[in-house]
Amino acid sequence: MNSGWRLFVANKGSVGGALVLCAIMLAALVGPFVYDVLPFDMVSAPMTPPGAELPLGSDYLGRDVLAGILHGARVTLAIGIAATLCTVFIGLTIGAVAGFYGKWVDTLLMRVTEFFQVLPPILLAMVLVGVFGPSITTIILVIGAVSWPSIARLTRAEFLRIKEREYVLAGRAIGAGNLRIMLRIILPNALPPLIVSAALTVGVAILFESGLSFIGLGDPDVISWGYMIGNSRDKMFDSWWAVMFPGLAIFLTVLSLSLIGDGLNDAFNPKLRAR
Amino acid sequence: MKTVGYILQRLLYGAVIVIAVLVLNFLLLRLAPGDIADTLAVQAGGATQEQITEIRRSLGLDRGVAVQLAAYLGQMLKGNMGTSLYYNQPVLQLIQDRIPATLALVITALLLAIFVGTLLGVSAARNPRGWISNLVTVLSLVGFSAPVFWSGIMMLIAFAYWIPLFPASGMYDVGAPATGFMAFAQILHHLVLPAVSLMLVYLAQYSRQARASMLDVLGADYVRTARAKGLAERVVIYKHALKNALIPVVTLAGLQFSQALAGAVLVETVFNWPGLGRLALDAVLNRDFPLLLGILFVSAVLVVIVNIITDFSYRLLDPRIRSAG
Repeated sequence: MNSGWRLFVANKGSVGGALVLCAIMLAALVGPFVYDVLPFDMVSAPMTPPGAELPLGSDYLGRDVLAGILHGARVTLAIGIAATLCTVFIGLTIGAVAGFYGKWVDTLLMRVTEFFQVLPPILLAMVLVGVFGPSITTIILVIGAVSWPSIARLTRAEFLRIKEREYVLAGRAIGAGNLRIMLRIILPNALPPLIVSAALTVGVAILFESGLSFIGLGDPDVISWGYMIGNSRDKMFDSWWAVMFPGLAIFLTVLSLSLIGDGLNDAFNPKLRAR
Repeated sequence: MKTVGYILQRLLYGAVIVIAVLVLNFLLLRLAPGDIADTLAVQAGGATQEQITEIRRSLGLDRGVAVQLAAYLGQMLKGNMGTSLYYNQPVLQLIQDRIPATLALVITALLLAIFVGTLLGVSAARNPRGWISNLVTVLSLVGFSAPVFWSGIMMLIAFAYWIPLFPASGMYDVGAPATGFMAFAQILHHLVLPAVSLMLVYLAQYSRQARASMLDVLGADYVRTARAKGLAERVVIYKHALKNALIPVVTLAGLQFSQALAGAVLVETVFNWPGLGRLALDAVLNRDFPLLLGILFVSAVLVVIVNIITDFSYRLLDPRIRSAG
């Protein structure tokens, strides 16, 4: 582990990504207290360009773009993290059971996984949000429900690989039950690639949430980056700042997460690094 | 014989998935708030309880779930996908009208991405420390991280407003109907920005994949043999190595078709491109579930077809898979 961390720290890209992500999280936590403007308040003339009065300008209703980005950061990050936990939980459970038990259980679960990969994710999400209504909880669960297959495949592959190892056999010899073997012996050894994948999943979940809010299927009661872009889209030629800055925020957040993911990958999957 | 058996097996498996999608659709339709009888009653401007019961009976909603499911499957497989609540037209008709636009967008974007991505990837593999290699690394990070709807909007602002090279929305010039070649040219002109925005997402991944598999292939024995025979480097790369390096790229493109369809939903929204994605968005905003589920079903069928084609095409590209299969 120590050499892994040293490799991670030596990677300029991933350290840069980690610093940017920390800055964004800090902005989300304390930003709204320091910059005391509410995102839905109309504080200026419509479509005021960025300048001395408002650092990032205002949208067509005179709402402060910077306030929107700071408040939106909380929503976007929270949904991204919660949806990732949901995705990892579903994917890990299905992949672990499939890989560990093998035989017909594996065949059945992998067929279900392939089935979900056939359905275009945003379309399925649109149907589910349409049926259950757009609230933060629904959106988190929906993102989890459409993104788990890749985690499930990865977990299954790791479990298949590890369950034949001698230390698993040793665990069985001292009388450990299936659940204990799965959770205490195989899972810790399968973690490194899963952690990398989870870091990337946070980025994917943020992109997904932004896409849903952009087309107007986000929670209407909270401000998020995707909502800001979708809402100002019709006025994009007259107030480019109202669509550019929220998008830049999404871009930087996902970029820093993927840089971190790349760094973790190089650090903890030495086999891949050789390529 | 082996191949015929394999093809049959793949087709059968595809059919099972299609039926599974239908069952899911049926369950979602039942979960949708308010059943179809209520919706029809509201559209008719209100109805008495007896009238609603009568509508239910005529639609078979008073029978058991299994009977309803069987009836639904039968109707769908006959091509009767119901009537759109909002447009009051057959769902199948609405979808048929929109499929060509979506396929034009998605296929153009994927082909562009495969072509440009392979070129970039091969150049990067030939010179792993050169600037093209660095460009591929940067592109793949940017392509993954920038939301496709946002990069689309940025391109619109740049190339339709600041430097007005391309039209901002739709598929044809408004008020200037054209026929024949001119109509085709108009569509192409409108297609550039949406196709490029969708391409950027995949360009990144394909150039990265092409670089990795080309590096793998360049280390193989048969490439060394080709070089030892004294073949020109160009022939070694483009004739011997590229064919094998392409397999993972084509596979990736085929497997990602469902994601590309999903990306098209966002791109079509940005550019008002009159395809399935735009139709799906209108359907969800109008709470038009028969239409929305029809689109989900048709998209899944398209994905199954593309997966089967991908599967066959890499068997053609790689004889080893053919004999091992």
